[in-house]
Amino acid sequence: MAAIEILGLEKTYSVGFWRKRPKRALHPLHLAIEDGEIFGFLGPNGAGKTTTLKMLMGLVFPSGGGARILGMDLDDPRMKAQIGFLPEQPYFYDYLTARELLTYYGQLSGVDSRQLPRKVDSTLERVGLRDATDVQLRKFSKGMLQRAGIAQAILHDPKVVFLDEPMSGLDPMGRREVRSLIEQLKAEGKTVFFSTHILSDAEALCDRVAVINLGQLRGVGAVAELTSGVRGKVELVWQGTSVPAAIKSLGAETHVAGDTTRAIISEQNQDAAMEAVRRETLRLISVTPVRVSLEDYFMAQLKPSPEEVVAR
Amino acid sequence: MSSRIWHIAANTFREAVRDRVLYNLIAFALLMSGAAVLVGQISIGIERLVVINLGLTAISLFGVVIAIFIGIGLVSKEIDKRTLYTVLSRPVRRWEFIAGKFFGLSGTLVVNTFFMAIGVFIALLYVSHHLTHADAGVLVALYFIILQFVIITALALLFSSFSSPLLSAVFAFSLFVIGSFAEDLRGFAAMTQGATRWLATGAAYLVPNLSALNIVSSVAHEQPVSAQLVLFNTAYALVYVGMVLCGAILIFDRRDFK
Repeated sequence: MAAIEILGLEKTYSVGFWRKRPKRALHPLHLAIEDGEIFGFLGPNGAGKTTTLKMLMGLVFPSGGGARILGMDLDDPRMKAQIGFLPEQPYFYDYLTARELLTYYGQLSGVDSRQLPRKVDSTLERVGLRDATDVQLRKFSKGMLQRAGIAQAILHDPKVVFLDEPMSGLDPMGRREVRSLIEQLKAEGKTVFFSTHILSDAEALCDRVAVINLGQLRGVGAVAELTSGVRGKVELVWQGTSVPAAIKSLGAETHVAGDTTRAIISEQNQDAAMEAVRRETLRLISVTPVRVSLEDYFMAQLKPSPEEVVAR
Repeated sequence: MSSRIWHIAANTFREAVRDRVLYNLIAFALLMSGAAVLVGQISIGIERLVVINLGLTAISLFGVVIAIFIGIGLVSKEIDKRTLYTVLSRPVRRWEFIAGKFFGLSGTLVVNTFFMAIGVFIALLYVSHHLTHADAGVLVALYFIILQFVIITALALLFSSFSSPLLSAVFAFSLFVIGSFAEDLRGFAAMTQGATRWLATGAAYLVPNLSALNIVSSVAHEQPVSAQLVLFNTAYALVYVGMVLCGAILIFDRRDFK
């Protein structure tokens, strides 16, 4: 069973004061996230990631379509007891200490009051806030607040965890710790759905990703599967320091090091470039495909379609 | 009360305490001490009347200011600071959130009024050296003042569920002032004709009848308060608060938190 089923979820806001006009924040979205999967929801700022997450959390009502989490409707309290949510740039009751905050959220999530103190302590330890349990949140740094946010999202041992930009505000150490925490959640059998625009995090962590831009889904699949569809580049290396004019005309990036030259060209020009090297009687050392990164795929998806260009 | 409403109410109370709302008790204690000493020196035979009038009026004003200025931020602050997101993504229904906020602030006002009432009785003891059976009327007046606070809290919460804090404060304070003269408004409505009569009567019954809940003067003059009035005022406050909270919940239930 899919842990999260998004069935044509869409959102249109009315904007303007006097003359209201519709603004589509999310086109009908269809996604299925499998149980135990780490799923990355990628897109630039304003792509519709947070709107989607807010609809799944019941904070924004969809204009159409629906979704089910763990087979239950979005407004079902039994479902909400089994999910955790970290909002983007979280802000919490700053008059509470970290321990009080987690205790409050644990109570609202229906955690057994006898187990709650132990769960609060172990969760704070898990996110690296053991030394700040009795410090008021108004004294927390941005990174510490992010950790407190992650703690409240996992405190009640949810089956599905939604994280909106979980690495935001964290230093490199903190990002590494959060990455490891997300991997631990997967190892515990939990489903993790996280939105991010930091592609290296998604590439390192996700079983599958979806790319969204301007409220429209641009692609979904495993990272390797998605990047294999993008025509990449190849690297040619030959002996000698001369660069044939034909290779220059193909728009190659060339680098001379010692008595070898490297040229990076698009895959479609590979044959023409090899022919130019042979014609100049240069000794070809290697031809290697340059690995296409998620970033290349992502950037390719952000280019507007011809219809969008016309619409603009 | 569901446990979630209780936890939200307890957190609202804790927020008020940590934001030093109860510090107003110090100002009130100073006011009552000063008044008791001064009244004892300058008035003869009416010390009790002055202390009750001053004490209950001060309790009412302090409480209304707290009810309005905290009430208007109860929902809007949670939306602005996005603390609401992590609450509503849990098994908490939106109506439970509104109810919890309402009970939390109402509880704060009851506790505040309790300590202020102790101050009034100490001042009364100081000026008259003993308490009489008639002083029980002060307790009824305090109960009615609490009913006023509960109504104002519900109204502030209603405005807070759809408006900015500034506008909410203006609306809530305006309704408090108009409501304090609700009996006069009803009298005016009875004197008018045609469409004006309909409009004035509608407005008179729409605003909270806070003047019916103000018995400070009659209690100070040791006039008895009928059980019927207590019952009627209680029922009126419950129905009015119930309707206002239903309105707040209906609005809040349909809101998108962008």
